[in-house]
Parts: sequence; structure tokens; C-alpha cells
Amino acid sequence: MRELVIISGKGGTGKTSLTAALASLAVNTVLCDADVDAADLHLLMQPEIRQHHDFMGGKSARINPDLCTGCDTCRTLCRFDAISERLVVDPIRCEGCGVCVHFCPAGAIEFPVQRCGEWYVSDTRFGTMVHARLGIAEENSGKLVSLIRKEARQLAEEHGHDLILTDGPPGIGCPVIAAIGGATALLIITEPTVSGVHDMERVLDLAAHFNVPGMVCINKFDLNPAMTETIENIAQKRNVAVLGKIPFDPVFTHAMVAGKTLLEYGEETPTHEVVREIWNKIITSPSMHSYGIVDLKATIQ
Amino acid sequence: MIISIASGKGGTGKTTVATNLAQVLGNRVQLLDCDVEEPNAHLFLQPTFTQSEPVTTPIPLIDETKCTFCRKCADFCEFNALAVVGKQVLVFAELCHSCGGCMLVCPEGAITETSRELGTLNVGNAGEVAFVNGRLRVGEAMSPPLIKRVRAAADPDRITLIDAPPGTSCPVIAAMHETDFVLLVTEPTPFGLHDLKLAVEAVKLLGIPAGLVVNRADIGDNAVFQYAEEEELPLLLTIPFDRQIAEAYSRGRMMVDALPEWRHQFIELFAKIEQIVKVNKEAACVN
Repeated sequence: MRELVIISGKGGTGKTSLTAALASLAVNTVLCDADVDAADLHLLMQPEIRQHHDFMGGKSARINPDLCTGCDTCRTLCRFDAISERLVVDPIRCEGCGVCVHFCPAGAIEFPVQRCGEWYVSDTRFGTMVHARLGIAEENSGKLVSLIRKEARQLAEEHGHDLILTDGPPGIGCPVIAAIGGATALLIITEPTVSGVHDMERVLDLAAHFNVPGMVCINKFDLNPAMTETIENIAQKRNVAVLGKIPFDPVFTHAMVAGKTLLEYGEETPTHEVVREIWNKIITSPSMHSYGIVDLKATIQ
Repeated sequence: MIISIASGKGGTGKTTVATNLAQVLGNRVQLLDCDVEEPNAHLFLQPTFTQSEPVTTPIPLIDETKCTFCRKCADFCEFNALAVVGKQVLVFAELCHSCGGCMLVCPEGAITETSRELGTLNVGNAGEVAFVNGRLRVGEAMSPPLIKRVRAAADPDRITLIDAPPGTSCPVIAAMHETDFVLLVTEPTPFGLHDLKLAVEAVKLLGIPAGLVVNRADIGDNAVFQYAEEEELPLLLTIPFDRQIAEAYSRGRMMVDALPEWRHQFIELFAKIEQIVKVNKEAACVN
């Protein structure tokens, strides 16, 4: 079982469009949208939801005014300033630690588990997809990411699929850490801008920190050829393969507006060929064959 | 006045809008880059940092000579940051939310606190613009406490602009909470629209007035504009897709410097925001 996780550090570099394009080239895979905070892959996959589950996350404190004696203990102990002078809990500030609940002498604080979102198992024209929606302003996005990755893995094992393609979240924080642990390899999409390079370096540091091999792909490379060269040099220094350079091509946006993947949309352009080459390099890359197994291509294409 | 700039989706131009707005407002403004996972505003404003300090958070320190391994701390912890294995207490620092509960419940007084570094807080100036950012340590999952520290550095005598992280979960909420206005930046594509809708829900939940900037306004379809009309979300600025803007951005140059005709557009954007905040405050007084 292998899992390729597509990340970028910086948002808006084309992670989801490329994940979708790769999904239409792969056969025998499970798709996983781990960008639970702003999940977009479903807009191109039009999944038919087969299973629908609630995601129960952390707890949240609520003071029962009928039982409260106004002793102020909860407010004094809360380190998150979540309790107002009128002794009302601000659910946005509450971290769900339970200190107020435990130390309330009147037993006036309830501590219910919160429903933080939903997750789904769906059918798409490219196979099974596991995806989720985190509730607005909710915590525990890392926990939800771990949950759907586990489900994707289980489904892949049950149905004998060889590969999981995971669309990851942006950044380097909690959800990304949850998205890359135990992955076979990372595909890092970057763009030739000062912010693109900055964020790619942060994400490469993260990949090194967690010991997951990374590969790089440069999107909109012709926007700034000098910066593209900088990226190639950084990659070489860090011993990371650059799999391909995709030109700035409005066809990605046109395909997105049509709800299709790049490879399903419009006439063949040089961009289509570049994406196919990238896919070929991924499935034959040594980092996807850490045990010397090289039959991946035969089983997933 | 505190204005946060948010987007739901990444890569729509939040940092572009925040830095250009800061640049035209000059000495009236302070920019707080709260995208601590991937801070980018400094790449454009190129501030000189005068102060840089580590930001830490307390974590439990167990004195095993006093500990009786009663497990009360581990049972109490909602985040599974403590575990008792035989005659040893394991502290999983990265899971700890620093609530201090374990220390309070320990019957032996065996728990004190030590600190763990989350990242750094940097303070400086970019020309006349006061500048603050936070930089999360690589491998660190806990961004909201660092965002709160960046927010705490706000100068009440200046207009505060907050460059928020993407998404709609806890880090963004930490950046948008208790601000006077949220400027939402999107692009007219299905992804942009979908994520804008989530951001609008977050703004409604927080009850903050909001307005919209549409970036790369001619690359996609009309759905974003229709949505803004239906939601009565005021469209405050549109920026077309322009290769000159994209290339200036790629080199780390600001729009208002590379293409000075944009200066008055950003000055006007601020005037519109100021007007909305004023009307909103008056309405709040009447109610």
C-alpha cells in the first residue's frame, strides 16, 4: 500500500487541480481529500455520497446559570480567557480542557462532546473517494485528517487498491502534520514566486523533519523563469527530484469551471503532455518503491 | 480600527491586498502577519526587524520523586498529552494545550511547568509601516497561541491590518476574532466561490461586517459576483488578471510600487472600509 500526498505550503498553487488530473490517470486508487478546512476536490469529482458520518471532536464547556453560584473559580482558572465577567463561556475561545468543569464547586458546568463536522465515503468516476467537511470555526482539523486517511487506507486494503492519492492542506501546521505522517512520498507543488519558494522551503523542512521523501513540481513555471531556476537549484541541493514544469495555462481554470479534470477537458495541449510525464515519473520514482518493488506501474495504470 | 484580511482558500491574494493597503496607508498603519505557518508579508514589505523573541507555551514538568503514578493527570487531560507507563509519566508536549489542569489535579504537587518553544515573534518597521509577524517552528502543530501573541502586539494608536491564514478553522478564527472588519479576498472560480462561502459563514458566526475583493477578476466565471450580490456582500475592489501584476508579485514587488496607478484604488478601498465600519458602529449604538 502506497500513499502519495500532494501538498504545497502555500495555498493556490494548483494542488487540487493537479491531484484531480493525476486521479484521472490512475487506475485502482482511492482518493482522499485531506484539506478538510477548505475541501475543493469534490467540485471536480462530483462524488455520489455512499456513506455519511458525523465527526465528533472535542468537548466544550457550558455554565448552567441555574446552578452557578457566581464564585468566579472557573474564570480565575481558565487560561484561555474564555469565560466572561458575567460567567458565560465564549465557545470560540474555549479549548475544551475541562479545568472549569473539574473545579466548579457547584457542579454547574456541562461538558458535552461537540459534533465538529462530517465525513463521507463516495463513488466518483475515478473510484472511491473519502472526504470531509469540518464545521466552521471548529478545532480538531488534524484529528479529522487522520481519521479520513485511516478510512482511505482501510478501504484501499479491503478492495485491493495499491495507491491512495491524498490532496493535502496548505501550511505546515497541525492539519499538514496529520496529513503526511506515514505517507510513502509527498508531491510538493510550488510556483516561481518569492512566496512560493519561501513556503516550499518550509514544507521541505517539514518533510525532512518527519522523514517523508518529497518530489517537487513547478506550476506556472514561465511566470518567472529566473525564479524557476532558483527552485531547481534548491531542489538539487536538497536532493529532491523536480518532476516537471507546468506552464501558466488558463486551461486549468477553464477545466475547473467546467467541473472536469485537465485531462478530460478540451483539446490536447502541451500542458496535458507535461502532466502525463509527471505522472509517469511519480509511479516509476524510487521513493514510491522503497522496498525495491517496481511493479507499481503495472498495477495502477 | 482592526481590519483582518481573510479568504477561505489560499493563494487568492490576501497578502497582496494586505501589503499594498499597508503601503498606501504608511505611518497610520501596522501590519500583523498572522499566517504564522507560512508568513509571506515580509517578503513584499521587507521590514527591518528591531526585535525578535521566542514565543513559548507552558508544558508540564513531572517530578518523579514526588509522583505516585496515580494517573490523575493522565485521566484528566482531554488532549492525551500525558500517559503513565509503569513507573514513568510520558509528556507528549506537542499535544498539550497548556491549560494547566494536570498541575491543578495532581494530589502530590509533583507537577510544575516548563516551557516549549512554538516559534518566534518579530517586530520591526517597513518604511513608515509598523510590522509584526510570527513564525511557527517547523514541526510545531500549535499555531493559535502564536497567532494570539502576534495579535497582542497590536498598537492601539494605529490602524491594524491582519493578514490571516487560509481556511475557516481555529487559526483563522484566532486571527479574525474581535476585529472591526473582515476583508475577504477571492477569485472567480468554483474553488474560490466554494471557499468564500465558508469564509462568509465564519464571518457571520463572528458577527463582523465584511466586504469583498475579487482578484484575477476575469479568469473564471460570474458566479462569485452573483453570490456577492445575493449575500449583499459589498464588492469593494476588483483586480484583473494582469501578467505585469503577476510578474511583479513573483519578484516580491508590490503592485502600488510597480504600477503606481493602483495607489488611489487602494486608498479608495480603505475609505470604503472606513465608511462601512463607521455606519456599522453607529447602527450598533442605536440598537
